[in-house]
Amino acid sequence: MTTATPERSPVPDVSGRLTVTRALSLLGGVPFLGWLLGGLAAVLAEYLFGLPLALALGLRRIPVLFGFEVMLKAPRYIPGTLVYLVLVYLIPAALVALATARVTDTLAARLLRSPALSMVVHLALLYASIHLWCGLSDYRYLVGRLALIAVMLTLSLNVVNGYMGEFSCSHPGFMALGAYTASVLTVLFFVEDDVFGAPLLPPALGPFFFPLALVAGGLVAALGALAVAIPSFRARGDYLGVITLAFTFVVKSLFENLEIVGGPRGFMNQPNWAGLPTVFAWTVVCIAVINNFVRSTLGKALNAVRDGEIAAEAMTVDTRRTKIVAFLFAAFWAGVAGGLFAHVVSYINPATFGVQKLAEVLAMVYFGGLNSVIGSIAGGLGLTLFSEALRPLEVWKWVIIPVLLVFVMANRPTGLIAFREFDVMKLLGPRRGRKEGSQNVSAQG
Amino acid sequence: MSLLKVEGMTHYFGGLRAVYNYNLEIEMGQIRGLIGPNGAGKTTIFNLITGMYRPTSGRIVFDGQDIVGLPPHRIAARGIGRTFQNMMLWRHMTVLEHVKLAHYSRIDYGLVGAFLGTPRRHRQEAEIEERSYELLRMMGVDRFAQKVITELPYGAQRRVEIARALATQPKLLLLDEPTAGMNPEEMIEMVDTIRRIHGVLGMAIFLIEHRMRVVMDLCETIQTLNFGEVIAEGTPDEIRNNPVVIEAYLGKEVVT
Repeated sequence: MTTATPERSPVPDVSGRLTVTRALSLLGGVPFLGWLLGGLAAVLAEYLFGLPLALALGLRRIPVLFGFEVMLKAPRYIPGTLVYLVLVYLIPAALVALATARVTDTLAARLLRSPALSMVVHLALLYASIHLWCGLSDYRYLVGRLALIAVMLTLSLNVVNGYMGEFSCSHPGFMALGAYTASVLTVLFFVEDDVFGAPLLPPALGPFFFPLALVAGGLVAALGALAVAIPSFRARGDYLGVITLAFTFVVKSLFENLEIVGGPRGFMNQPNWAGLPTVFAWTVVCIAVINNFVRSTLGKALNAVRDGEIAAEAMTVDTRRTKIVAFLFAAFWAGVAGGLFAHVVSYINPATFGVQKLAEVLAMVYFGGLNSVIGSIAGGLGLTLFSEALRPLEVWKWVIIPVLLVFVMANRPTGLIAFREFDVMKLLGPRRGRKEGSQNVSAQG
Repeated sequence: MSLLKVEGMTHYFGGLRAVYNYNLEIEMGQIRGLIGPNGAGKTTIFNLITGMYRPTSGRIVFDGQDIVGLPPHRIAARGIGRTFQNMMLWRHMTVLEHVKLAHYSRIDYGLVGAFLGTPRRHRQEAEIEERSYELLRMMGVDRFAQKVITELPYGAQRRVEIARALATQPKLLLLDEPTAGMNPEEMIEMVDTIRRIHGVLGMAIFLIEHRMRVVMDLCETIQTLNFGEVIAEGTPDEIRNNPVVIEAYLGKEVVT
């Protein structure tokens, strides 16, 4: 069911109506470029004044994950943290975004003449903000990268579960194949290791070969995906779900029994080449390629397989090819994400890629929204950060997150931002050109 | 040489004989009809011709080639388009996406184009989009192009479905009860539309109908099917007056 619920516009009380409408129209006039600048300003403010401000507000250090970790542990820090959040994030971001709105809007319109340049500028600003934000603590640096990897996993799973409508449970398996393949390659060639011996190539070359190792991991995962893609010709729905689940268990026990990669003890010594720039770049490429694919007519064939396979065949769509492509493509990106994951945490074991992982990724897909690239970005980032933020609650975290999921599923069965096209050029474009007229006048008043 | 030639086609579902010794010859540009009571095997014949089922025995030659055993999408790409009795539209997709996707067999930008968004892909997508709009205009539903299919009224959905079938560029179009569920006015419009697309595109049409007026109006010759066997074949007038047909199927409808 996709009955699009109508946008619920906030209905302010009558007295505040004018100001709220005006504020909203003001915010609506800020292009994405403006928000990126605002975000950068906020992060910069934290970078420059964060620590002294936090100390002055009686906090012991910078609130790492928007203050959740301190507020949930020690409620006495709540006021200080909230003030910090307002002073450091909200005010600088809103001020800069609003103050530069007219300039950034014109600029966004100009940049759009060269889409490539526009993309580069936006990505550079985005990366700068993430880099500064993550740079302030090791914990953020780790969580930030894991969140980006989660986006890749979520998005790739959405290709099968959302766009093609098959319930695939094999993502942890694909991830494991990619993680182990990439790890073995990097350790074998570039690291002094007890099992694999001296590096075969000079370690200095390593970072340049790292992308190749990741791609190799992705390809091995794609090869493994044939084991679920071929049964998908005949089995659908629950039955295919069981096959894909079996795949995950098979891969897991394969690695548990492969002594050369450590068996159940796991495999370590992965070089730390998966820094923030690397992970960010791969995530961007992953999003771009998947978004390109699902918006093409070839990609729409996935939707047709989901909504009516018989009709798809009758309309010349090669459904077998479509299924193979979807599974292999999704597996490839899960494999790449697995490889990155292995090099972020520098340790993997088979237990990492079990049902727990599956539940996480599935939750991200269904929480964020089926058939939606933005949904998957939101789901991956959102659930990773949220689950980290709730860490102080310990066991209760595993009560709150499922309850939240149940709540979302009950109200929006297809997820928060489901069935939405992600038109990048529209996102990067100016705001004013689109709603010329009265709003524009009021925004200038 | 005829466009479609079916010879001695028989199909069993387990022990049930659904179609028996069925023969058909359609020439380029002809409009032919298939009538018969419910469960006579009409849709099964469509499914056999389009490759959804493989006949137990018999030959199907389309455009000079034996198509038995080919997967349905190949048969469709060779030029047999079809619609469905219950439409089988893709419920989450927009009208435009429906018609664009039916151009699938003509897309040659490949996966590289799909993944990377090459200029060739953009050019081809634009061409397909333009052709799709043309077909939607022809069917009078272009104003719905950006709407999700389920938001359309029933009659418009039927038209989109025909536009989708036309997008496969069929030489033979199989229409499975195109006026099912329509009121008399919509029915007359649909008959006009079918006649118009036939006039413009000139493909052969083979249609299943329950409503006598539609087949009698459109078809050059009509086959009557009962229990999987053709019991009568002829022009509308011959069929109308054939006692076997009247007994098997028409019954009261002709009397009144």
